[in-house]
Amino acid sequence: MTVILKTEGLNKVYRQGGLVRSRQIKALNDVNISVESDKPVVIAVVGESGSGKTTLAKTLLRLETPSSGRAIVYDTVVTGKGTALSKQQFLGLVQPIFQNPFEAFSRYRPVDAYLNETARRVGGMDGAQAEAAVAAALQSVGLKYEAVRGKYTNQFSGGELQRISVARALIPQPKLIVADEPVSMIDASRRMIIINLFKQLRDEAGRSFLYITHDLATAYYISDYVAVMNKGVVVEFGDARQVMGDPQHDYTKLLLSSIPTTKSRWRPRKVAA
Amino acid sequence: MIKLNDLKISYRIGNRVIEAVNGVTLTIPDGSIVGIAGESGCGKSTLMKAIYGDIQSPMSLSGGSIEYGMKGADGRAVTTETIRREWFKSISYIPQSSMNSLNPVIRIRDQFTDFPGTDSNKKRVLERARAYIGKLGLPAEAMDSYPHQLSGGMRQRVMIALATFFQPELIIADEPTTALDVVVQKEILLLLMEVQELMGNTILVVSHDMGVHYQVTHKMLIMYAGRVVEYGDTESVFADPQHAYTKMLIDSLPTIGDDSMRGVLASMAGAGGDRAYRVEPELIEVKPGHFMARPSVGVAA
Amino acid sequence: MTTESSSAAGAAAIPAAPAAKRRDSLLWLLNARLAIGLSLITIFIVGSIVLPFFAPADPSLQATYLKNMPMSWEHLLGTNAIGQDIFWFLVFAIRNSLILGVLVGVGVTIISTAVGLSAGYIGGNYERVVMLVVDSFITIPLLPILIILGAVIRGNSSFLTVGAIIVVFGWAWGARTIRSMALSLREREFINMARFSGASTFAIITREIFPYVSAYMVVGFINTILFAVNTEATLAVIGLSKVEVPTLGSIIFWALNYNALFTGNYPWLVAPIVASILLFLGLFLTSTGFNAAFANKRGVA
Repeated sequence: MTVILKTEGLNKVYRQGGLVRSRQIKALNDVNISVESDKPVVIAVVGESGSGKTTLAKTLLRLETPSSGRAIVYDTVVTGKGTALSKQQFLGLVQPIFQNPFEAFSRYRPVDAYLNETARRVGGMDGAQAEAAVAAALQSVGLKYEAVRGKYTNQFSGGELQRISVARALIPQPKLIVADEPVSMIDASRRMIIINLFKQLRDEAGRSFLYITHDLATAYYISDYVAVMNKGVVVEFGDARQVMGDPQHDYTKLLLSSIPTTKSRWRPRKVAA
Repeated sequence: MIKLNDLKISYRIGNRVIEAVNGVTLTIPDGSIVGIAGESGCGKSTLMKAIYGDIQSPMSLSGGSIEYGMKGADGRAVTTETIRREWFKSISYIPQSSMNSLNPVIRIRDQFTDFPGTDSNKKRVLERARAYIGKLGLPAEAMDSYPHQLSGGMRQRVMIALATFFQPELIIADEPTTALDVVVQKEILLLLMEVQELMGNTILVVSHDMGVHYQVTHKMLIMYAGRVVEYGDTESVFADPQHAYTKMLIDSLPTIGDDSMRGVLASMAGAGGDRAYRVEPELIEVKPGHFMARPSVGVAA
Repeated sequence: MTTESSSAAGAAAIPAAPAAKRRDSLLWLLNARLAIGLSLITIFIVGSIVLPFFAPADPSLQATYLKNMPMSWEHLLGTNAIGQDIFWFLVFAIRNSLILGVLVGVGVTIISTAVGLSAGYIGGNYERVVMLVVDSFITIPLLPILIILGAVIRGNSSFLTVGAIIVVFGWAWGARTIRSMALSLREREFINMARFSGASTFAIITREIFPYVSAYMVVGFINTILFAVNTEATLAVIGLSKVEVPTLGSIIFWALNYNALFTGNYPWLVAPIVASILLFLGLFLTSTGFNAAFANKRGVA
């Protein structure tokens, strides 16, 4: 069994304030999660703002260094003590998808420039190979290279941009894709296109996902495992169906009961006049 | 009762004119919570601004009219031009991310007395305000704080307090809970429902979240490309959606406990591009109280 | 999987600008200010390049003509008390001032951009050290230093040494501004995207951050020209520059020294002043014109 993701005593402390008076904020507080599997999985990390889920994503992406502890992705230590991974090797192992599709690319560069760059610099491919890789990646997200070539950010919709981001992340064939709130800025109906895409990529292309979100419903829909975070602490973790179907922790129960669903009413509706 | 008569609102960008609201004819009943659903760009926010009377360049009313069914202080019927005088009295507006609309350098209590046309006796107003916000779940100290000292949820409650304090007949809430965490969202929504039951006024709630509509609203209207696609009792719309767009929106909602494949309709729609859902402006009653617009020529039903 | 057409943007274009073709014509640049400013500068530049070819004699040679001749067709602005033709002296003066201004502008812009961008993006100890240097240079008062230096090397320095000194003391402000721009840009998501695409630090600075800073650079460049011409003129008037070389400042220096006002030789003093004012006006209008155009573009985009 491969260790898909394992965090050991991961801590991240921020100091707020000046030299004289300062507060310590524990964004990650002794986070220990472990997922082992033979097949690729989708691991969801759910929580509200301030829960630490974004900090966890940033730490795993090496955009922040942990105050202590370490993290392992696919049997490789990626951050913390014992990391021996070069930048190049890391980029071939873990790739991100960010929240805001409109900010994902510079206004001044055509979006396919990023894909080409990834193919050449991370994938180590040259001209023709790179072109082919980019075309294949775009196709796997349902876009044609010709429809994307030479165009800039303002010529696409949010959903398209996010799919292009996914395509870019796929090019170096990473084992794990860390998606930080990938659909929260996209319209409800287009979300499912992206979410279903993740499912497809897991099943057909063998990519694992770390899906960070505040939306429990989509987390339930695609995840195999779920970690519920609150104020830097993982309050509950386990198989997605189990955690959401039979929550043990009070906070999880509170979260689940707060979702506006179309299955049952919060309060009986008085008939309108 | 607010009547919209073939309302058209457009924006001028450079030398292009965009019809944000493209022919909406509707009667909004009193005393209920009406939800307006639709995705970005459908015109729902523009429609709310128009009803509120906040129409300024580059936005303009390019056709039709709004009848408010209210009489102003001068005894005459209120129109789009005169609705401004009714702001905070008969009609109030909670804009998107309104938690950031509070003046950051003024204490909360001063924001209450800041409104024009308030009771000239500020002390009396403040007393009533303090009592009122207590009912909304805010601690007494909130009145004396600055906005940045309160959390997002508390600020939103303050906005609701400000919007409802003068007991307006119509409250327009544009995505009132979108920026809030789900636990706080539920509290705010329940609060809004209580306020409406107490005052018996009309609340228009704009949201892209169909779950919110299901929980909170009595009636729903779905908008697409500046026109109303479907309108009816929320129960009826969810139980038996008529128009393809409504069906797609409902299908795109994953629910916990439901393992069926979602978003199928959305990806199918992708093939026809966005023309797939265009409709004509007129609403046809397909079931009692449940209206649908006819698909435009050249579009499959 | 279906292919979404990018016409999806069309239906949802409220109130964002319509998806324009990328390379719009440069028409957005034009506004009245910019037009006037550029016209003025163009006149000066073209005049400086073309006219010197027609000069009948080297204007800096003394006693070429009769002294203090009034304006006539032969001497368009008359001659001065040293026997030089004022008009031709002025033409060469403007040319030299402009050359100095442009060279200083280029030098300052390159240095401040390189320093500012690298400090802002790389951060850490590199930034701290660099900003310490930058802040030191900012606090050094330019004029007293220049006066001292000028007094020390008076007349023995080349004209361009003055320029070099202005560069040394002029780059710091721009560096600070560009550094804060880079700081805020560093946090944006596309920078992370570039990182994960394998871009090196140098590539990120030049390809990702630089374009966002280029608008400021254009404005900064023009302002630096203004600053350089101004400073050189100031020095020359005090007599600290190489005053044999025609520049705007040196004309005024000689005119004052020979008491042009008392002797009634008004063109000698007034002409350079008017020329300076027009040149500065042109530079200023161009700078603010660009600024306005960039701001407009950002507003729409």
